Formats: sequence, C-alpha cells, structure tokens
Amino acid sequence: MAKTRLLVTRRLPPAIEARAARDYDAVLTPSDIPMTGVAAKAAGAEAIICCPGDVFDAALIAALPGTVKVIATFSVGYDHVDAAAAQARGIAVCNTPDVLSVATAECAMLLILAAARRAGEGERMVRAGKWEGWAPTQLMGTQVSGRRLGIFGFGRIGRELARMARGFGMEIHYHDIARVPPELELGATFHPAEASFLPICDVLSLNAPGGGSTRHWLNAARIAALPKGAVVANAARGTLVDDTALIAALKTGQIAAAGLDVYDGEPKVNPGYLGLENVVLLPHLGSATTETRDAMGQVALDGIDAVLAGRVPGNLVRV
Amino acid sequence: MKPRLILACLVPEDVTIRAREEFDAIIAPGPDDMTVPEVLAAAAAHNADAIAFTNTLPLNAAAIASLPPSVKVGATISVGYDHVDVAAARTRGLPVTNTPGVLTECTADHGFMMLLNAARRASEYDRIMRKGWRYRIGQGDLLGVRVTGKTLGILGMGRIGRAMAQRGRGFDMKIVYHARTRLPPVLELGATYFPSFEAMLPHCDFLSLHAPANAATDKIVNERTLSLLPDGAVLVNVSRGGLVDEDALFAALTSGKLFGAGLDVFRAEPDYDMRFAELENVYLSPHVGSASRETRNAMGYRALDNIASVLAGKGPIDPLWT
Repeated sequence: MAKTRLLVTRRLPPAIEARAARDYDAVLTPSDIPMTGVAAKAAGAEAIICCPGDVFDAALIAALPGTVKVIATFSVGYDHVDAAAAQARGIAVCNTPDVLSVATAECAMLLILAAARRAGEGERMVRAGKWEGWAPTQLMGTQVSGRRLGIFGFGRIGRELARMARGFGMEIHYHDIARVPPELELGATFHPAEASFLPICDVLSLNAPGGGSTRHWLNAARIAALPKGAVVANAARGTLVDDTALIAALKTGQIAAAGLDVYDGEPKVNPGYLGLENVVLLPHLGSATTETRDAMGQVALDGIDAVLAGRVPGNLVRV
Repeated sequence: MKPRLILACLVPEDVTIRAREEFDAIIAPGPDDMTVPEVLAAAAAHNADAIAFTNTLPLNAAAIASLPPSVKVGATISVGYDHVDVAAARTRGLPVTNTPGVLTECTADHGFMMLLNAARRASEYDRIMRKGWRYRIGQGDLLGVRVTGKTLGILGMGRIGRAMAQRGRGFDMKIVYHARTRLPPVLELGATYFPSFEAMLPHCDFLSLHAPANAATDKIVNERTLSLLPDGAVLVNVSRGGLVDEDALFAALTSGKLFGAGLDVFRAEPDYDMRFAELENVYLSPHVGSASRETRNAMGYRALDNIASVLAGKGPIDPLWT
C-alpha cells in the first residue's frame, strides 16, 4: 500500500525527518525560509507540517487541495494558522504544547543569571584578551540567590521557572489574571494588583503570552515602579516590552541589566540594545535544545498520526 | 585610638567606608592593588596593626618575614589562600584569616549560570545578536543541550558544591558526587556518593568542579578522566584552574567529546590560554564567581570582622592555622 503523503515546509531535526520519511511519503524541504506556493506543493498531501513564519491564512487554507486533513505546526503558538478557517474546511490543526515549557524556563533562568552576573561583559573582556587580573570590585553584578523574583504570567513556563528559582533560594511572587491553586502555587505570593507586584521585583521575568492585551506591558511607568537596579528577563514575546523605555532605563541604571530572547519585530532588533554592555541577547532560541526540538517534532507527528487514524489528538487546537 | 590598618586592595565603597570608620586606615589608592614592597613600606611607616589584602598580594615567606613587628593579623578578602604561605605565618605567630561561607551562594549562582550558558550556547547566541542576526535559524540548527532531568556530577562536596547541588535539584537533576569522605544524609540530601572519581564520570552529563587546588587535585581533569565522561558532556569550573589539564580540555572541546564548557578560572590568570577564545563552545568568565556587590561587601566586612576580633584579643573567626 502506498504511503500517505506528508508535506514538510521546512528543514526539521534529523530524527523527525527520519520518522516522517519512515511513516509517510514525506516531501521534505531542506530550507529555513518560509515556504511559498504551499497550495501547489501540497498536491496529493493529506498532512502538512508547518512552522512559525509560514502564514496559513484563510486564503491559503481555501486554496489547499481537498486531500489535506491535518496541519501540524512545529510550535506551541499558532497565530500564523487561521484555525477557524481550517475547521470550516474540515482540516484539523495541531500544535506542540507543553514540551517547550522546561527548555523555555531554563532559558529564562539563564537570562536572569547572565544579566544579573554581567556574563556578556565578562566574556567579551576575556575573549578580547583584556583581562588584567582579579579585583574585588571588578564586574560586580547583582546577587540572584535569596532575592525576590516577580513572574508576570504564571502559566506552565512561569511555574517551571519558579521551581528552578527556588533552588536558588529566591522568594517567588507572581502577577496574573487569576490566582492558581495551592498545589501549583507552592508558596508563591499572588499579587492581583500591579501596585503591590512591581515594587517587590528585584528580578522581573516576563512569561505572559503576546497579543494586543499585553502589548508594551513593560513600559516607562511600570519600569519606574520597579525597585531601582532591578533585573529584567524576557523569554516570552518581544511585544511585551516597550523597547524605547527599556533601553532608556538600562542607560540610567533604573534597570541594572536585562536578558532578552525575544524582540518586538524580530528578527529585527532595536539597535539601541546592541551597544549596551548590560544586556544579554539571544536570538529566540528558548526552546532550542535537541531534546525539546525532537519532542516538538514527535508531538507534531503524533497529532498527524492520530488525525489520519480517525482519532482526536491531545494536541488538537480547539477553535 | 583606632587600630591602624593597611587595606592593600581595592574594595567596594561600602567596605572602604566601614574601614575608615573603624580603623585608622591607609587604603590602596588604585588603580592597582598595592605590591608587597608598597605594603611593607606602608605598614612600617604607619606602624600598622593589621593588613587586609586579596589574592593579588603574594604573602610568601619572605614577605611575612619582612613585616614590621607591629602587624598582628593578616586578612585575605577571599576564600582561596594559595597566595599565603600559611606555614610561614604560623612560624611567625601571625594569625591569617580568609572569608569562607559568605561567597557560597554567589559562587554557586555563577557556577550554575555558566552551566546553563554552556549547555544553552548563550555566549555564542549573544555574539550572533551583536553581529545583527538577520538570518533564519532552522529548527534543527544551533541546538543546545537540555539541563533539566540530567545527571550533575560534583567533584568536591563542600559548601559551594552542595549549593550547586541544591540549584541542580531545582532543575530535577540527579546529583552524584565524589569527595574524600561521604557526607552525612542531612547534607547529602539524596545525592549518590562515589568513592572513586573515575567511577562517577560515566554518569556525568554535567561535571562541576568544586575542589580546592592542591597536589591531589592538580590536573585531575585530564585526557584520561575526560575520556570517561559520556560523549557530549559539559564541564563547569568555578573553583581553581589548577584542577584542569588545559591541553586535554582544549582537545576534548575541539573533538566534540565535550559539548561545551563554562570556565571562570584558568591555570594562568589573567594571562589565560587564549586558544580558548577561539572556541564557540566555551563560556569564559574572568574569575568573578563571587562578584556580586552583596557578596563582595560581605567578604570585605568579614575580613574587617576577623581583624577586629584578633585585635580585641578574641582570636580569629576564620583562621588559616590554629
């Protein structure tokens, strides 16, 4: 029996491409650029794996061949797929929830530590051969242990971060729309109001979703409400930050240091960050571990397998 | 009358303020720390009771023998004391102290930061950003190693090693360790003890060094011990550069035997082996494990406390010899 055709729009980790080729008539794409001409390339395909950057809007979904039964995006976010339009055509949409939480929380903790401890500055000095010796006052950063960590957005990633930070003896505070139950809170202090939340954030980590309601949440007014010398980390969405305000605060010292994995308008980055010593900058690689990327691919393929076998997958996007 | 102090190294401002309040202090004017001849001259001219210094001052037997008789205590503002000839100090009857305890958490923070940095390729990523990024990174490109759930091997389970273990537990890491003696359960907290360092190595996805530098630990990380690690392991060193054979480490980093390394200390400092600066898969840091304002203040205060205690006749709090 002929294998079912699967269109993969981008290069994926080798283990995932191998599984796709084993189980499907897989059309692989050795490219990192968003695919064009998707509808034609999907001819005869029953399933598609896409990535952020591939825009599956209503027009594309309407143009897909009638054979397509499932689209799985290799990401937890699915802003780039019009799930309602897909559902209207009887096409299931799957994503890769949960499996990135740990890697992304690791990235947030890394950003906190690296920013607080001036990791970039120290490394640049050493690599440039400009290290002239040890001194008690050299490159003094901010201690992380025992400090108060404020988490904006206490979902899976925020809670994973809290678990990691407890190992550093940090006191956990969070601000979110609603309080979580005690078994998830694990002693963290809930702040329904920003007015009580912001002034305790020796370290502030943004772990909220993007979108209109959180756009530029970290603005000049909220930055001013933080303790002077606070450390900020963002491994969530670039749109959460008003870059102009953050850059200004990094220059005045209101914010001692920031660690950023995501940017408003990425991959373009506000050039104001690039000359600053007190920022650690990563190119949106919060989930970029081999283990996590493989797990994302497995979950995406599991979802496709389930839909094509007539089952409802656990990672089905519900409209 | 206040006791007379030579503060031979640059310290945070808060420590300077306290030194001036409590002592008749001569303080290193900078930009460099005072040299041995400068310290000896200042101590003689000032009729100093005490000297506070750090690892920039080699307080060897000759220096100790040349100290004026007025000097009753020396306090190094560091936990390490390789730069002090403790036997010579004992011979002269000079109490010398260090600053243990106060830098434990800070150094473990830095160690774990380097572990995450090496595993998640943060410094490589930061260089990409500062060059402007501007290209697409594929889903399979530039991937790091996940930390959570892996096995962390610790060499030397003193205060800092145990603080490192505590951080690892927050990442659900399995902790294994080697030390000369096994810890009691209350300190071990479920960590698995290996009486043999070499027997531990095949289990270590991550290996973090927290042992002092001495003859027994010199080049304990060498070609043979590195070969016993799993392929793709990560090495972290926030203790002393002498523990590592740097030729063997360089070879393991270039062959891919090690995925990466986080290095805060080197065999030669600050003139470290610049071959490491050519590698993408190392995170390099200029011996700043204790470099937070809070900790550097605490270290300075601890040194002043030790001096005050000796001069008050109560003996040293953190003696290097007894």
